[in-house]
Amino acid sequence: MGNTVMLEARQINKSFHDPLTVKILNDITFTISSGEFVSVTGKSGCGKSTLLYILSTMDTDYEGDVFIEQEIMRGKSEKELAGVRNKKIGFVFQFHYLLNEFTVLENVMLPGLKLGASREEEVKEKAMGLLKELDIHPLFNKYANQLSGGEKQRVAIARALINSPGIIMCDEPTGNLDKKNSLIVFGIFKKLAEENHQTLLVVTHDEEFARNSHRIIEMEDGRIINK
Amino acid sequence: MNIRLICRIAIALLLARRKQTIIAAIGVTFSITMFIALLSFMSGLNDLLDGIMLNRTAHVRIYNDIKPNLKQPVTVSKEFRNSYNFIRSVKSVSNRQEIYNSGAIMQALKKDKRVKGLAPKITAQVFFINGSVDITGIINGIDVQAESKLFHFSDYVTDGNPLDLKNVPNSIILGQGLADNLKVNIGDVVQITTVQQQLFSLKIMGFFKSGVKELDEVQSFASVSTTQKISGKADNYITDIQVKLYNIKIAPAVAKEYARLFQADAEDIQTANAQFETGSFIRTLISYLVGITLLIVAGFGIYNILNMLIYEKMDSIAILKATGFSGSDVNRIFIVIALSIGIVGGLFGLLFGFLFSLIIDQIPFVTASLPTVRTYPINYSLAFYIIGALFSIVTTLFAGWAPARKASKIDPVIIIRGK
Repeated sequence: MGNTVMLEARQINKSFHDPLTVKILNDITFTISSGEFVSVTGKSGCGKSTLLYILSTMDTDYEGDVFIEQEIMRGKSEKELAGVRNKKIGFVFQFHYLLNEFTVLENVMLPGLKLGASREEEVKEKAMGLLKELDIHPLFNKYANQLSGGEKQRVAIARALINSPGIIMCDEPTGNLDKKNSLIVFGIFKKLAEENHQTLLVVTHDEEFARNSHRIIEMEDGRIINK
Repeated sequence: MNIRLICRIAIALLLARRKQTIIAAIGVTFSITMFIALLSFMSGLNDLLDGIMLNRTAHVRIYNDIKPNLKQPVTVSKEFRNSYNFIRSVKSVSNRQEIYNSGAIMQALKKDKRVKGLAPKITAQVFFINGSVDITGIINGIDVQAESKLFHFSDYVTDGNPLDLKNVPNSIILGQGLADNLKVNIGDVVQITTVQQQLFSLKIMGFFKSGVKELDEVQSFASVSTTQKISGKADNYITDIQVKLYNIKIAPAVAKEYARLFQADAEDIQTANAQFETGSFIRTLISYLVGITLLIVAGFGIYNILNMLIYEKMDSIAILKATGFSGSDVNRIFIVIALSIGIVGGLFGLLFGFLFSLIIDQIPFVTASLPTVRTYPINYSLAFYIIGALFSIVTTLFAGWAPARKASKIDPVIIIRGK
């Protein structure tokens, strides 16, 4: 299982031009295989979040190429990229970004309903299953703003998993969680990689978190210094 | 893309901002209500004002004008055929207002399928004797039944029974102003002299109020036969035939046809009353302009609310996009939001507009010039409701278009990075 390439970055360069041209990413090249749990670390401003947005197809203004499940992302329309994000990538952000207008269950279901591959009842069943797995199923009918930070982050993980994506990308998933909740989240990620063979790419500041993952990509000033 | 999901998200976003949504919808409701009420009322007034004239005017009037003969001897003469002939101060020879062969013409008109009805009429100039003073007046000889049916004559008879004109010989209905000047009551007998110096006594059966004071001071009505008698004419003497058509628009063409066919003069209502069309057109235009202005103002309200909603929901839009909703999905979500405000607001607007019209319809409106009108007039035309509904949808679509476009263009990276 470990040898299918899930994500590949080829010579990615990116610069910001406002107000001066500053090179953010410099010749980033690496591949990640399925079932890998990879941490990206580095100081603030080293470009790791920018890299994540490029890899996630949300940012399309870059040089070089991104392959997701061996498919090139360049030249795809905005709609096709949205489809890729929906189906192949799961997201977990630092500030969990749940929709406060919806209940926990609906938040988890939304990407599944958008994909439209299965009927609503099936999506619902799957969402409930995920919530149960993450041990937050009693909260399913609460609204997002009624939850604690750790609970929200687990809901966000459940949402990232609803369409069974090959790759899960996380931006500082434990950034504002306490020790206990960080450990819970880490445990979930590890299980996803080792039992479900899903690929995890986690941008993090948390040294301990990174050390415990399978592989660390270390960045400094827009370059990879250690992979 | 699944439209149900889009509607669901739109409704959730709307409900999250319940108060603002309701205010935006109320804006639409208010403008549609005013649009419906205003147009119903204005158009009711228009119909009323037009009716004052249209109801009492023939669509085509057939008569004989007093005018000099077009064929003067010199133009007929062979000798001067190739010359220019100038004749000055030509006078009409015979003062014959009678329509030739009026009986046959009326028979022919009754058979014409375009004709709704016809009413013969003659007029006689008389003097009403009031002590030592004579008051000039006109007696219109009419067929009461036809006149009531076609020209609402009985609506304007304020006292007395108009049918008495037909049933009681030598009877008359006086204009209210004339009756006031003569100081007479129903049942009194009024003396008149004709232009030919003949004296008649007529019994007063009722009073008539047209709404035009000047008319009411000179006009009076009697049956055709009574008027023929006063004028000293035979019973086939008819000076006017008033024709009412099913379709008023064909009046000019019909008038021309009749003029040729019956060798008489025929005048259509459009030529006779051109200024009325202009007046009602301008009034309608003004009410539509006011109504549309109201709707545009409501549109700006919706635009504002949607813009605010987008600023507030930037995070939600970013997360929707990050989890796989495309720009066009987001665009649709906001269009659905705008449309639902428009449709709900518009429906309530139509309902309240109707209720408001019903209320206006109950407000007393009594005026001396319009004896048949008791309350403010309302035109319950379905067309206003259709225009109102269409317009509420179109304005909200336009108001929602720009914000929806803006929402669809939001770059999730900027929002997520900005935190």
